[in-house]
Amino acid sequence: MTDIKVTPLGAHLDVGRSCILISIGGKNIMLDCGMHMGYNDDRRFPDFTYIAREGRLTDRINCVIISHFHLDHCGALPYMTEMVGYDGPVYMTHPTKAICPILLEDYRKITVERKGETNFFTSEMIKTCMKKVITVNLHQVIQVDDELEIKPYYAGHVLGAAMFQIRVGQSSVVYTGDYNMTPDRHLGAAWIDKCRPDLLITESTYATTIRDSKRCRERDFLKKVHSCVEKGGKVLIPVFALGRAQELCILLESYWDRMNLKVPIYFSLGLTEKANHYYKLYITWTSQKIKKTFVQRNMFEFKHIKAFDRAYIDNPGAMVVFATPGMLHAGLSLQIFKRWAPNENNMVIMPGYCVAGTVGHRILNGARKIEMENKQVIEVKMAVEYMSFSAHADAKGIMQLISHCEPRNVLLVHGEGEKMVFLKNKIQQEFGIDCFMPENGETSIIKTKHNIPLDTSLNLLKRQLVPADESEEPDPKHLKVLHGALLMKGSRMQLAEPATAFRELGLEEYELRFTCNITLEEEGAVSNTIDRVYRILQREFPKCAVQFSNDGSITVGESVLVKVSGEEDSKNILVSWSHQDEDIGSLIQKVLRPDPS
Amino acid sequence: MKLVCLSDNPSKPCFVLFFKGVRIMLDCGLDIKQVLHFVPLLVVPGFQVSKAHSWSQGGDKRNRVPDEVVQELKDCGGRLLVDGAPEFSIPETGIIDLSTLDAILISSYSCMLALPYITEYTGFKGTVYMTEPTLHIGRQYMEELVMYVERNPKSNVASHWKQDIILKNLPTPLRDAVNPRQWRKLYTLHDINSTLSKVQLVGFSEKLDIFGALTVTPASSGCCIGSCNWIINSKYEKICYAAGTSTLTTHPRPVDQAPLKNADVLILSCLTQTPLSLPDPMIGEFCVNAAVTVKNGGNVLVPCYASGVTFDLFECLSGHLEQCGLAGVPMYFLSPVSDSTLAYSNIFAEWLSSGKQAKVFLPECPFPHADLLSKGRLKNFSSIHTGLTTDFHTPCILFAGHPSLRMGDIVHFIELWGNSSANTIIFTEPDFPHLDALAPFLPIAMRVCYCPIDTSLNFSQANKLIRDLRPLHLVVSELYIKPPLMEPLRNDLTIDFDPSPLTYKQGEILSLPVKRQFETVEMEPELANTLEPIEVKPGSAVSMVTAALVAKDNKYILQKLPANIHLTRKRRSDGSLLWRKPYIFGAPSLHEIVDALKQYGFNSLKVEENESGSIIHLVKEDSLIQVDGNSTHIICDSEEIRLKLKEVMLKCLKQL
Repeated sequence: MTDIKVTPLGAHLDVGRSCILISIGGKNIMLDCGMHMGYNDDRRFPDFTYIAREGRLTDRINCVIISHFHLDHCGALPYMTEMVGYDGPVYMTHPTKAICPILLEDYRKITVERKGETNFFTSEMIKTCMKKVITVNLHQVIQVDDELEIKPYYAGHVLGAAMFQIRVGQSSVVYTGDYNMTPDRHLGAAWIDKCRPDLLITESTYATTIRDSKRCRERDFLKKVHSCVEKGGKVLIPVFALGRAQELCILLESYWDRMNLKVPIYFSLGLTEKANHYYKLYITWTSQKIKKTFVQRNMFEFKHIKAFDRAYIDNPGAMVVFATPGMLHAGLSLQIFKRWAPNENNMVIMPGYCVAGTVGHRILNGARKIEMENKQVIEVKMAVEYMSFSAHADAKGIMQLISHCEPRNVLLVHGEGEKMVFLKNKIQQEFGIDCFMPENGETSIIKTKHNIPLDTSLNLLKRQLVPADESEEPDPKHLKVLHGALLMKGSRMQLAEPATAFRELGLEEYELRFTCNITLEEEGAVSNTIDRVYRILQREFPKCAVQFSNDGSITVGESVLVKVSGEEDSKNILVSWSHQDEDIGSLIQKVLRPDPS
Repeated sequence: MKLVCLSDNPSKPCFVLFFKGVRIMLDCGLDIKQVLHFVPLLVVPGFQVSKAHSWSQGGDKRNRVPDEVVQELKDCGGRLLVDGAPEFSIPETGIIDLSTLDAILISSYSCMLALPYITEYTGFKGTVYMTEPTLHIGRQYMEELVMYVERNPKSNVASHWKQDIILKNLPTPLRDAVNPRQWRKLYTLHDINSTLSKVQLVGFSEKLDIFGALTVTPASSGCCIGSCNWIINSKYEKICYAAGTSTLTTHPRPVDQAPLKNADVLILSCLTQTPLSLPDPMIGEFCVNAAVTVKNGGNVLVPCYASGVTFDLFECLSGHLEQCGLAGVPMYFLSPVSDSTLAYSNIFAEWLSSGKQAKVFLPECPFPHADLLSKGRLKNFSSIHTGLTTDFHTPCILFAGHPSLRMGDIVHFIELWGNSSANTIIFTEPDFPHLDALAPFLPIAMRVCYCPIDTSLNFSQANKLIRDLRPLHLVVSELYIKPPLMEPLRNDLTIDFDPSPLTYKQGEILSLPVKRQFETVEMEPELANTLEPIEVKPGSAVSMVTAALVAKDNKYILQKLPANIHLTRKRRSDGSLLWRKPYIFGAPSLHEIVDALKQYGFNSLKVEENESGSIIHLVKEDSLIQVDGNSTHIICDSEEIRLKLKEVMLKCLKQL
């Protein structure tokens, strides 16, 4: 019986820096390799020294699996592969491989070029890192090596997000990454089959939320944008090129359609087409509805959303602008912000996390006066909103997934302390299975129990499946008993008919025979005694064949012989049987022997 | 294990495999070739092909056919064709009860066009498995056929001519029509939707469980987008079905050979239909012919399907035209499903060659035709009635369906351009013999080129593949072990294998030489803990197992017997024990037995040794023990002593 060991290197009590190490059947697998955007020091990346204090990571880890392109799941990958050093395989889906390097590059630019950090990965490192990536398709079973196989399932969190099943021999683990159990505007719902893993490692971001909170947040967002533009205000939404930007575009596009709004929506130039193109090319990863209609109209070809030009900044009247970069630390989004901030009619919506030190971070923390590099001070009178649109499973969704795949144990990660405890209790109550939530660096050991597969002779098996008594109807509920010899040769275990097994082992069955004489003081013809004995035997052994043979003796079953001889006044009964029919032999003696009393 | 072949055409295969109580149909190809016996359908309703006129039968009066038959037939370019709604030759439905099928495995979109006939009209209740591209492109192919046939409907189904007595009096090639009475009218859009709703999508290398008895896995076959070979595994046996494999590098993902290795049986179908020509030089020839024609002011007509090699033609031809300075020559692509096939070609990155995949990471469209479309060098229309006329420039290159030349817009263009020798028609599709396809339009002035492009395995590639895969047994069409009819001496154009391959042909039932010996039974750990194996030889141990066998969903589990059942009296009707038969073995020497007897207090022993064995007299107890090699006979009248002697013997032996 093998154990599964799970060690989170940075996914517990933390939204961000997902990185989990599992050890299963002698294989070590790293699940996600995320960074924490809230830190600027070592804590930004997972603690790889935990894995290998000395020596190379490649020798310690059999493979790395990346669930989706968000930086808190893949941000530390170039650091790990290029700066710490890892040359083994990295698995991710096609869209993740396409989009992830762009986000990494964006983030690198902020950290290095804006903040002047030097100890960070370079563009070149991102490129070499991506060369180590092997792409996987949904449901494809990938043989990492002879024993280790992985299989991705649709997770619906972002484009290309996947859950992974990891299997070594009979032990298996499912890692969900981030997932969403209700289809949303452009993605389908997560799905997994009844794979009954030993362990399910699930995120628990919304461990206590029961309603579909994403819908509410979307409605909230649309209401805020609508009321702002209705008053003639301008809405600025700083975004990164990929991911959330497209989600929000679809949201606004369909809302504009529905409400028949004419207020212009802009997307900062250069990015639109390229970024949206990814979504167009990976349409197979979107929801059923988008897939169905894409020939007539590709959802990601936006009607209402047009390219932005710097000259539009001072245009009068309402407008909505998506501008990069997402944390208001440079570029067009900052430029627009400076111009629009002093007007209380305007609004800025931050749809994601902001690194400390950025303008985005400062205004979210309530700063109303921002000093720029050139000592210029900006007074922030515009409304500042923060909204998170990540599609995660709520408590109901998590419970649903558990009942779909029927794990034997659950382990919670990627959530907040108290909420996780609540969910843990709920899972234990409802499913009666063990639930773990280890600290960072703490190892959970999950015990697994598996049946032992035996190569069984088909003849033996077929014989046992027909009922013992022909009069009995085949009844699936009726207890069937299999009797055979289990042969163990090296690691091979074979179940065969005893005779076959003995032959294979070169053993000969030993014949042990017993013969007893019983003397009866019984008068009358020998044939009468024979008849009497015959009737007794028939009564005692209704399920055995009791037969006369040619020489007047009686046979019972396979090996028992009963022979009566004698004179008028005394009879001799000879009973002979082989050891295998010991039960018959001893019973015959009991019934035929005269009572000693 | 049995294999039934239901299709006459090895390039449009259809099999049923019986294995472990499961019935699996392998592919469901529609042989469209028979449609060549029909009069072409024109795009404009009511019009007939100009060369068609009514048939005036000559010859002997006695052989003349009745008038209602004559009305069904037309003389078209000197060939007798059927004037009626086109019918298709479908897989044999009479041999097996198809309602009992459990699953259908589809290998590519070109091998599934007969699906509606099976799933909708036979009581089929199973599941159809195919990849996502196969589903979408297959749907497009089906819809295209339906639209071609329904666009200019012919209400009458010609059936009189099919009677055997009449058929044999008709001139060839109509007389040689294969099984015309089994031909069926085409299905409808409703049938297509209903059929495809029974599809379960699969990804390459996905392991699918069929009733717990079998695992089936698709592996890329490299022949078209989403095409696959199937590996059918039980725990101990492996059957591989390879259809339409290609080892060439074109746009689809390359073939994945490793999973096909070391099969018990390899079933091979869909080898090249043009063994005499290689695809690469043919593509080159195609480009040259097209370029020369347009350079001289003529138009080029290319009969094609709406996907597949057509995309390679766009790519190669546009490149070649550019080199010749002819980049300005427009290419038109006519098909009712051209919008869909072009759109879908862009979104199947995962299913394409690594070069095409890399483009999507940039992000760019994987196929250059996306760029050609946006630049206006390639234009697609659903038919000649939808905007083509307002935007039509000659000379041009026109791709249109259907490659059988019996339906679709192509028919219109042959009529339009056929009279000028400046124009060229280039046949690339190997599914149809081009001379038969062209027959109803003869005589024709337009230049005719034949550049068949079939990327499927040719015979030398197939033989090499088989050598690499090392199957125990090979199953191929009987056509593949004889040289082609036209080249009877080319023995290199056959499949060569030892032991000689099993062959199939339509309607035949093959017994596959696979003998099952084992099945997996799982033992619960609780049961395993109760076993006490005895080592009988170094490295080999044995233990008797008597346990409850639970069979569920074709899986078997051994559990501990419930404590409350009585074992000893349970016997088979023949009296033999059902279980718990004591097994004893060993070879104790006489000396050991005597020692053991003494330990048990039997001291008055008299041992007699002779040639065949020994006899031990127990004088005091008046008993005998005959020891003879592998057997011992205890003769003893006292039950008490007998039991004791039994104990002594068992001590000298090993018992299970």
